[in-house]
Amino acid sequence: MTKVSMTVNGKSVSGEVEGRTLLSSFLRDGLGLTGTHIGCDTSQCGACVVHVDGRAVKSCTVFALDVAGAQVKTIEGMANPDGSLSVLQQAFQDNHGLQCGFCTPGMVMSAAALLADNPSPTEAEVRHGLEGNICRCTGYHNIVKAVLQASGQDVSKIAAE
Amino acid sequence: MPKDGGIGASVKRREDVRFLTGKGRYTDDINIRGQLYAFFLRSDVAHGRLKSVDTAAASDMPGVVRIFTAADFAGVGGIPCGWQVTDRFGKVMQEPKHPVLADGKVRHVGDPIAMVVAETLDQARDAAEAIRVEIEELPPVLNMKDALKPDAPKVHDELTSNLCYDWGFVEENREAVAKAFEGAAHHITLDLVNNRLVANPMEPRVAVGDYEDHSGMHTLYTTSQNPHVIRLLMGAFVLGIPESKLRVVAPDVGGGFGSKIYHYAEEAAVTFAAKQVKRPVKWTASRSEAFISDAQGRDHLTRIELALDKDHNFLALRTETHANMGAYLSTFAPSIPTWLHGTLMAGNYKTPLVYVNVKAVFTNTVPVDAYRGAGRPEATYQLERIIDKAARELGVDPVELRRKNFIQPDQFPYQTPVAVVYDTGNYQATMDKLLELSDHAGFAARAEESKKRGRLRGFGIAHYIEACGIAPSNLVGQLGARAGLYESATVRVNATGSITIFTGSHSHGQGHETTFAQVVAEMIGIDASQVEIVHGDTSNSPMGMGTYGSRSLAVGGSAMVKATNKIINKAKKIASHLLEASEQDIEFKDGKFTVAGTDRSKTWVDITLAAYVPHNYPLESLEPGLEETAFYDPSNFTYPAGAYGCELEIDPDTGKVTILAFTAADDFGNVVNPMIVEGQVHGGLAQGIGQAMLENCVFDENGQLLSGSFMDYAMPRADDLPFFKVDHSCITPCTHNPLGVKGCGEAGAIGSPPAVVNAVIDALQRGGYSHIDHIDMPVSPARVWAAMHQR
Ligand code: FES
Ligand code: FES
Repeated sequence: MTKVSMTVNGKSVSGEVEGRTLLSSFLRDGLGLTGTHIGCDTSQCGACVVHVDGRAVKSCTVFALDVAGAQVKTIEGMANPDGSLSVLQQAFQDNHGLQCGFCTPGMVMSAAALLADNPSPTEAEVRHGLEGNICRCTGYHNIVKAVLQASGQDVSKIAAE
Repeated sequence: MPKDGGIGASVKRREDVRFLTGKGRYTDDINIRGQLYAFFLRSDVAHGRLKSVDTAAASDMPGVVRIFTAADFAGVGGIPCGWQVTDRFGKVMQEPKHPVLADGKVRHVGDPIAMVVAETLDQARDAAEAIRVEIEELPPVLNMKDALKPDAPKVHDELTSNLCYDWGFVEENREAVAKAFEGAAHHITLDLVNNRLVANPMEPRVAVGDYEDHSGMHTLYTTSQNPHVIRLLMGAFVLGIPESKLRVVAPDVGGGFGSKIYHYAEEAAVTFAAKQVKRPVKWTASRSEAFISDAQGRDHLTRIELALDKDHNFLALRTETHANMGAYLSTFAPSIPTWLHGTLMAGNYKTPLVYVNVKAVFTNTVPVDAYRGAGRPEATYQLERIIDKAARELGVDPVELRRKNFIQPDQFPYQTPVAVVYDTGNYQATMDKLLELSDHAGFAARAEESKKRGRLRGFGIAHYIEACGIAPSNLVGQLGARAGLYESATVRVNATGSITIFTGSHSHGQGHETTFAQVVAEMIGIDASQVEIVHGDTSNSPMGMGTYGSRSLAVGGSAMVKATNKIINKAKKIASHLLEASEQDIEFKDGKFTVAGTDRSKTWVDITLAAYVPHNYPLESLEPGLEETAFYDPSNFTYPAGAYGCELEIDPDTGKVTILAFTAADDFGNVVNPMIVEGQVHGGLAQGIGQAMLENCVFDENGQLLSGSFMDYAMPRADDLPFFKVDHSCITPCTHNPLGVKGCGEAGAIGSPPAVVNAVIDALQRGGYSHIDHIDMPVSPARVWAAMHQR
């Protein structure tokens, strides 16, 4: 066991991990941050996406030790300081961009990184940017709409609700 | 205009806030102090005789608490099947044993052989590797038709063959149908594969067993769509635990799509183990494990034939289907290719004679059961494909051929030749709506434009009907169900007027916490924020059958309405006492009880307080308190229907299909929350389009699952799909439930696959590939390209 320290959602944290402990396990089991989800074992689904030093990373794909000292942000750190939903989170709720909620944390984290890189993406850019996140519930329609709306674009013309 | 927050309003979901902030509580988020971890050692061969399982060395590995094998489960029952189908000769189906852990034989890759329970998951996994298993491999049974040959190896030695049942429906029509074909002007035939799918909810299955020594109470936390059903099946049939000593909790569940209906071996194993080792035991499936242990869907081979007269009226329909059951009978498996499939073969049409034959077959593959739509997508796919084929062969417009044969709006209620009675519908209206929304009239011009770019453009239509709101208990009992299919609700009005509702329905993405509250808030006339929906825990809600078959609002919602009406009736009695008026004179509206024709009134809270502080109260004739339970058993299925249109382009150089537009015009009856209904359709469409274009479960000749991960099994991703156009404005309310609702959860997955394939064939034929009249799903670039070059 080795000690690892990092900053998670603005707080310094540390814990004992094995060399093989994944960042996702450290967050879930070590820190009790269960908002980060595990949907696969082949790095394909994106349910586990968090930000490491501002970049979207599949936390099931990196070892906890590899991000020692880094700034990590998880879904638990995405709301506004007063606890209200951020613009992006609110857009997900307003557009019904989630159903079972299991892909949602990863989807929000990926979308946030996407918007940070590209503040006014086209529909195709959003779809391409979220290609690493699988959602089985929504058919992506309302997720794409939510991300476009969060970027300040008018989504009222998009078919249906 | 719907009231704010009431029925018909697109109220935003209250459950979203916890999911969007990482505060959802899914089963894997539950950790109980002292908990151990279970890991299942699974068969890596499809078929074999289990010679020995030596756990000696593994038991000494660090952290190992105990290793369970079949011998440990000798004293308990097997995993039960919930439906017994009777074949066309009047014999009951062959029903094999399904041990919790493989006993004597392994029958599919993934069949669990041993369960290691250890202090950590890594230790459990390491120890499983040290278990020495000796298996004498047997030839696997994989192909359904080969499985039925007399010399085929048997999946279950104790059965006479691999045939589960040979079902005929309506058996009495067999001869009449054959006669109708003899005299028919046109006889169209089509062979189809309905590809095997993996449900793949994003949350893999998890089960945590806990046992309290001092009380003898078992608790199972599990990823289930129906915790009461699990309690019944596991308690009564497997472990012999009375309901009073068994609590099953299904907290937030990350999607189900059918695959979380069934009682699985792992649930029984951890519940059993927790008592044996006197510590909680947790099992979490990896995705790879889900691929070989979750019940899969579809997998039908069908020949369908349609007879038409010279005027193109449908005369008779005949199908012969082989349905794969996999290695064991999953909970509802036998009912899917029969009662959820044969009864829908009339579709939206007046076809007077239908005969459906289904041979259910055991193979050395993962068990198959309901997956979103369950039987109805298979029926719709066959029907809508052969109608399209008929239109092409006869040179008529596929829309007109459908319209001509539709059950007409004035023919409801309509008795079909396949037992069910459609209460209501208007298929011409949904077809009109589809053509309008998809700008069908402008298609020709768009096709021209595509052609200029060297692309083949096609338009495909499908019209579906489904039987939802499952199901009348007395009817399904006659058909072999071993359970009732009612739903329950307890409405608990609290002293200060807020309401807690305990429902047997389970929400795993459907938004019941929001929509159910909308219904009751409107009935009582209070703000929806005063209504709380509680579900997923057998210790607090009445026995309910859970969520599947698009039944929650139609059946569960009806139970809730019934219980709420009881509340209103009692509240009126209290009001009549307080207002010193006769009960008949009390009017209840918008949360206020008024003496008719006067301004004397009491508020909702006056009444609820009086019920719990009964100082001035008719105690001699009325009990205090305000809490009611109702069970609702539907008198018929509900019949959502709709018209779907797919417009796509094919790149002739690569065979790649790109969907340009997808339109759905559904009749779901009344709608409580349009936003949620549309979301359900979007999700269903993605799964149906996934089946048609991407998803396919493939086993190699040894029975190894080749498509065993998200790298090999193509799940639809954001860039595979367009924005959808969905509409639910064609409304013929259900006539037999209080809300007039029909259910919307499965429609998208049912109606879309034939629309896609019809569009592909349309594009190819328009592009001059007139020899192509069918391509099996998924219509991958390779398949399309091969068909194009196979002249
Ligand atoms: S859990 Fe990390 S990509 Fe699936
Ligand atoms: S909301 Fe369920 S997987 Fe995306």
